[in-house]
Amino acid sequence: MSYQIPKFRHPELPVNELGYTKADYEGSISTLCAGCGHDSISGAIVKACHELSIEPHKIAKMSGIGCSSKAPTYFLGKSHGFNSVHGRMPSVVTGASMANRNMLYLGVSGDGDTASIGMGQFAHVARRNLNMVYIVMNNGCYGLTKGQDSATTDEGSASKKGDPNVYSAIDLCGTALQMGATFVARSFSGDKGQLVPLIKAAITHRGFALIDVVSPCVTFNNNPGSTKSYEFVREHAEATGTVDFVPMRKEITTDYKPGYTHEVTMHDGSSLHLYKLDENLDPFSRRSAINTLEDHRDARSILTGLIYMDKDSQDLHDVLQTSQRPLNALEEGELCPGNNMLENINASLR
Amino acid sequence: MRKRIESVNDFVIKFANVNGTGSASANNLFAKALFRMGLPVCPKNIFPSNIQGLPTWYEVRVSEKGYLGRRGGTDIVLSVNPQSMPQDIQDVESGGYFIYDNTKPLDLRLIRNDVNIIGIPLTRICNEQYQDHRQRQLFKNVIYVGALAALLNMDFKVLTNLVEDQFKGKEKLVLPNIHALELGHQWARANLECPIGIRVQTSDQVGNKILLDGNTALGLGAIYGGATVAAWYPITPSTSVVDAFEKYAKRVRIDPGTGRSNYAIVQAEDELSAIGMVIGASWNGARSFTATSGPGVSLMSEFLGLAYFAEIPTVLFNVQRAGPSTGMPTRTQQSDVLSSAYASHGDTKQVLLFPSTPKECFDFAALSFDLAERLQTPILVMTDLDLGMNDNMSAPLEWDDSRKYDRGKVVTAEELENGFDFGRYTDVDGDAICYRTYPGTHPSKGGFFTRGTSRDEKAVYTEKGEEYEENMLRLMRKWDTIKEYVPGPESFPCGRETHIGMLYYGTSEESSREAGDYLAMEDIHMDAMRVRSFPFNEEVRAFIESHKQVFVIEQNRDAQLRTLLMAEFEFGPDKLKSVLCFDGTPISARNISKQIKRHLKGGAVTPLHRNSVARGAGE
Repeated sequence: MSYQIPKFRHPELPVNELGYTKADYEGSISTLCAGCGHDSISGAIVKACHELSIEPHKIAKMSGIGCSSKAPTYFLGKSHGFNSVHGRMPSVVTGASMANRNMLYLGVSGDGDTASIGMGQFAHVARRNLNMVYIVMNNGCYGLTKGQDSATTDEGSASKKGDPNVYSAIDLCGTALQMGATFVARSFSGDKGQLVPLIKAAITHRGFALIDVVSPCVTFNNNPGSTKSYEFVREHAEATGTVDFVPMRKEITTDYKPGYTHEVTMHDGSSLHLYKLDENLDPFSRRSAINTLEDHRDARSILTGLIYMDKDSQDLHDVLQTSQRPLNALEEGELCPGNNMLENINASLR
Repeated sequence: MRKRIESVNDFVIKFANVNGTGSASANNLFAKALFRMGLPVCPKNIFPSNIQGLPTWYEVRVSEKGYLGRRGGTDIVLSVNPQSMPQDIQDVESGGYFIYDNTKPLDLRLIRNDVNIIGIPLTRICNEQYQDHRQRQLFKNVIYVGALAALLNMDFKVLTNLVEDQFKGKEKLVLPNIHALELGHQWARANLECPIGIRVQTSDQVGNKILLDGNTALGLGAIYGGATVAAWYPITPSTSVVDAFEKYAKRVRIDPGTGRSNYAIVQAEDELSAIGMVIGASWNGARSFTATSGPGVSLMSEFLGLAYFAEIPTVLFNVQRAGPSTGMPTRTQQSDVLSSAYASHGDTKQVLLFPSTPKECFDFAALSFDLAERLQTPILVMTDLDLGMNDNMSAPLEWDDSRKYDRGKVVTAEELENGFDFGRYTDVDGDAICYRTYPGTHPSKGGFFTRGTSRDEKAVYTEKGEEYEENMLRLMRKWDTIKEYVPGPESFPCGRETHIGMLYYGTSEESSREAGDYLAMEDIHMDAMRVRSFPFNEEVRAFIESHKQVFVIEQNRDAQLRTLLMAEFEFGPDKLKSVLCFDGTPISARNISKQIKRHLKGGAVTPLHRNSVARGAGE
């Protein structure tokens, strides 16, 4: 069951450029377990979309199957949503995007939905550079079927059931880089300060933007011995640097720290300020991103933050040279060539 | 004197070639020349799942009476493949003709005294004329077409005109091809008795008909039906559907001002992804389709269940081939009827359309988008390799320019603004079809969550049994509505009192009707009905009820349409008798009439054992 959040709000809640309060971006009350990392990510999505002043109905929230894929019910209640089949969200988004390029496609998936049953679609949607945000709520286990290990469970990590995992873990950021993703980031559900600007940057990026968010499963995988518990992640996370998202036309005020090392102008005119900490990482070089990921894997630390970004990304619509007007807006007169052409075709077949 | 088949404008010729040698275009030239002489032709390519080196056959039937199905039997074999020669010579009808390349002498053990054997030194002629190996191979095919023209008394001018038309824009190929035709023609006239007992003469039985393959017709139908998003994964025999869509889209769907495309084609990583893309695009208000074959439908089944349950328009062209598993991927069957009709787990029923000509492929392809959006459910257009990949003689394609697309029940922003009480799964009109909105229509109204899980009338998740049940019952009521929209059957009463009927669909049509004519000559009269869609409507029930015995003719082992008829109408098995062919070749008229006669002789009541039916299949 889903329950509506009570409608009562403080009358002076801040509104965004469209006049919407944050409440306009909320969804139903979550039915996930209390303390689930996924709810924090939902909160970050709400905040990012509100602050970016995106029309809620111009967002499509797309998911597959699993705890993570249930999450879209709990944010953006005014948006259309599509809870599709297990591991197949990317193909549904691809079709949806082909039909209407003017919407924001926000895909939400989990580690089972992405790294196991959906690995093929994940790899290929990255490779096609579809213009979408792909958030993985990565808890390293199958929550909805009671805690089995997933393909992102680290080798040696033990869930509540107690047996250490014996298989090698799939690093979704590394995989996405190999497959040609043009925006790759990792974050932690417990670090909203990092996650919100990353989501904003991913939304503004033109092309496939992955954010792999480590999101502890409080019920089955938050125990000592697990590498995806709150405690372990807090102790082992190392940020590449911090990111600030600066909306278009907004003057840089004291809210935005000076001293950034990179300023990236995004497709819509907004900017990203990167405050670099990790001196080995060049976030505009895929090779450097892959090396840095491997270094952190060796050191058993969790690299978070923006890992890679292609500033000149060409998305699938650019590659296919599709009409600027959405294909679903084309009229019959533009689509149907009429009987005259058929008569010519008939003549050529005699 | 040796027996000789004598006939004018009525024969079956089979070319036995090696695949990858360019024979298909020469054989096609032969068939098209006969068509241009005003003769109904029915060419069928019987090819291996291979690119080069294996045996391949091309059968052309000529029938002035206009029979376009497979007749069965071969009057002339033109053999240029030593690999298959022993079998090819066996396949010639007694009194028929075996034409072969006698550069190497024929193995004496193969000679049949009841067949007229004609040698043409094709390899020697080629070797004398051409130095280049590839030219020798390609022109050998053209040379035998020239020789056949002499042997069958074809109008040579028609052939040379055709070459000129086919190479328009590549003029330097015209003369060498005409030269090769003349080489064969002259050699045959100088060295052989021309014409042989089988010959052709110009006729007027073609009218305004065209020669077209069903896959191209489907691709064109998708263009005319307004499809903008095509998602697919390559699979024989459906691949040329999307090829055709792309070919015509490049011609008519590129905006002259911007150079941008008013369509998108995505080659997916597999069939699961292809159908997912179609569902995503259709959900978002574009007309979208995929083309596939049996193995693809198996993979798409999960998504087809989602589209059925969440009621998302979906168009799928299923060009069937011989299964199960990889089966015989380049041979034809109608064996996905059940897997398509009930595709997906849970209680699902899918709408099927069965075209039987290229014209109908075009019409049904365009119609399927209207139906999918009106009925908000998957529409599976069921053709097969025989119809899809062979040139079939067909009525010309037509489009009524005053026709408007039926976009179904879609609520606009204005209607929402004016207070339309939107509930995605609320049956407002009593036809069990509900209203939908396109994503992004209105800032605060009309949004909903699409899901494969159970939900109430307002699309809110629920696990209440009664709400689930009500929704499933509404889907059954929608099934009844669907019967009013899908193409009804075609009825062919024989004009006499009879208690026997035959029922067929798709590519079994032509051979079935011809078999009906054969049997009528033996005083066995049958009414006929061609089913064009599933769900069946009441006309189909009435037809079966009004006959004591109905032969259901189809190209699969398990009598799949018969099973559907029994399941949907609850007819007993005795009433419906199966006539089947599933060896991968198109069913022939002789095969059908033989099986029906065997049934009738065996008594109308006792069901025959399946095996005895199957034995008639290879003809």
